[in-house]
Amino acid sequence: MKQLVILSGKGGTGKTIVSASFASLAQKKVMADCDVDAANLYLLLHPEIQESHKFSGGKKASLKTEKCTLCGECIDICRFSANSEKEDGEIIIDPISCEGCGVCSHICPVEAIEMENSISGEWFVSRTKYGPFVHARLGIGEESSGKLVTEVRKKAKEIAEKNNLDFVFIDGPPGIGCPVIASLSGTDLALIVTEPTLSGIHDMERVVQMAHHFKTQTACCINKYDINLKNSAQIETWCKKNRVPLLGKIPFDDDVTKSVVQGIPLTEYTNNSTSKEIKNMWQKLRNLFAREEIKK
Amino acid sequence: MIISVASGKGGTGKTTVAVNLALSLIDSHSVQFLDCDVEEPNAHFFLNIHTLQSKPVFLPVPEIIEEKCTYCGKCAEVCAYNAIAVLKDNVLVFPELCHGCGGCTLLCPEQAIKEKGQKIGVIEYGSENNFQFIHGKLDIGQAMSPPIIREVKKHINTAQTIIIDVPPGTSCPVIEAVKGSDVSLLVTEPTPFGLNDLRLAVETLRILKIPFGVVVNRADIGDRQVQNYCLKENIPVLMTIPMDKNIAVAYSEGKTIIETQPSYKQKFLELFKKLKKLKNETACYFKR
Repeated sequence: MKQLVILSGKGGTGKTIVSASFASLAQKKVMADCDVDAANLYLLLHPEIQESHKFSGGKKASLKTEKCTLCGECIDICRFSANSEKEDGEIIIDPISCEGCGVCSHICPVEAIEMENSISGEWFVSRTKYGPFVHARLGIGEESSGKLVTEVRKKAKEIAEKNNLDFVFIDGPPGIGCPVIASLSGTDLALIVTEPTLSGIHDMERVVQMAHHFKTQTACCINKYDINLKNSAQIETWCKKNRVPLLGKIPFDDDVTKSVVQGIPLTEYTNNSTSKEIKNMWQKLRNLFAREEIKK
Repeated sequence: MIISVASGKGGTGKTTVAVNLALSLIDSHSVQFLDCDVEEPNAHFFLNIHTLQSKPVFLPVPEIIEEKCTYCGKCAEVCAYNAIAVLKDNVLVFPELCHGCGGCTLLCPEQAIKEKGQKIGVIEYGSENNFQFIHGKLDIGQAMSPPIIREVKKHINTAQTIIIDVPPGTSCPVIEAVKGSDVSLLVTEPTPFGLNDLRLAVETLRILKIPFGVVVNRADIGDRQVQNYCLKENIPVLMTIPMDKNIAVAYSEGKTIIETQPSYKQKFLELFKKLKKLKNETACYFKR
């Protein structure tokens, strides 16, 4: 079983389009949407939810006002500026700023602060016509997106092992921080979807470096490569220099938006040259995996 | 006035809108531009600030003073992030999990912990005439972007017009970046993905009680669902930008819209006027 994560650094380069297409092309696999902040893959896979689980990623400080003596020690100690004093002198703890460290509850001299489990999201196991799908929804403004990603991945891996599947496809979040690291860790390959813009190139370089920092192999593809051929050539050179296989160059294509509006993976929506290029990419990926070039 | 430019979904045009709005204002305003997308900052490509000064950002992480430690395990017990493990005669610190809350140092009964700064990124800043630029950059391999965003936002000077480029998503880095804004702009595109993530961003701003309006980018692609949603939810659409390959090509080269199509400057100035008006309006987030 191989785990493939699809990342990009920059948002909106086409991760989900590629993920959904792979979902429609590959045989024995499970899909996982690890962009738990702003999950979109479900819009193309149309899951039928079979299990849903509440997720509690951490605790939040809760002030028992009847015990509080307004000493203000918790305000001084909080490094996240969550505890503050209102105009009328009452102390409040802002749940959105609270990072759940619990320091205020430890130092409160009258034990007026309790740490309470907070439900910070939900995750689901679903059936789709493409196979099993694990996805999630993080509560607005919540911490611990990384932990929720880990939860989703754990379940996806379990399904793959139990059913003897060949692949886990992970649609990752943008950026290079906490949820991205959680999406990447322990995968066999990170496929970076980039675009030939200065931002796209910069962000791709950072996400590739991040993957290599964590000793994960990478491959790359350029979406909308024909928007700027010069930049696409630059990406190709960079990939060669850094030994990142370039698996495909996807053209700019109005059909991509149309397929999203229809809610159908691109490779199923059309068999045009864009679709063929993605199919080609999938073939190259399979070869990479088959030749055992991808080793942990 | 503090204006944050957010979106939920990545790649909808946050940076494009933020940069063009800022540059349209510099003739008449003193502007501060904060790029808070510290995982993948991109605004600098469009702003050409030549001399950037740099300052490292440190997170206070625990360092064990071996000779004082009795391996009592209190630090591991109070750490909410599993960043410390205490063994029989050894203490392991995992700085990448540490949030820098200071709990272990404060609560160690032997005062056997001191804090040291762990570098997690940098902020870079520079100015030209009445335009000031600040951005943060998370170091490769670091997980925690909010402390860098907080550091960038420490530079806010409310005497100026402040424009904040917000990272994508709806979790903690987004909250950190938009918190304290007078008004927010949500940039979206008229596709099911754009709509899905716009809804999440709207929910976020409603929780934070920040007035907001929407910019629909590439307005003539996709479908009409975003516009219908805004109408139904009484969310003002403050600007629409059509799909234009020239804009896309210019963007790819690090050029702004107003540079390639100067007529847009007027549109961005109108957008600013609408934002000022919106600042004191609250109808859009109270109506559900």
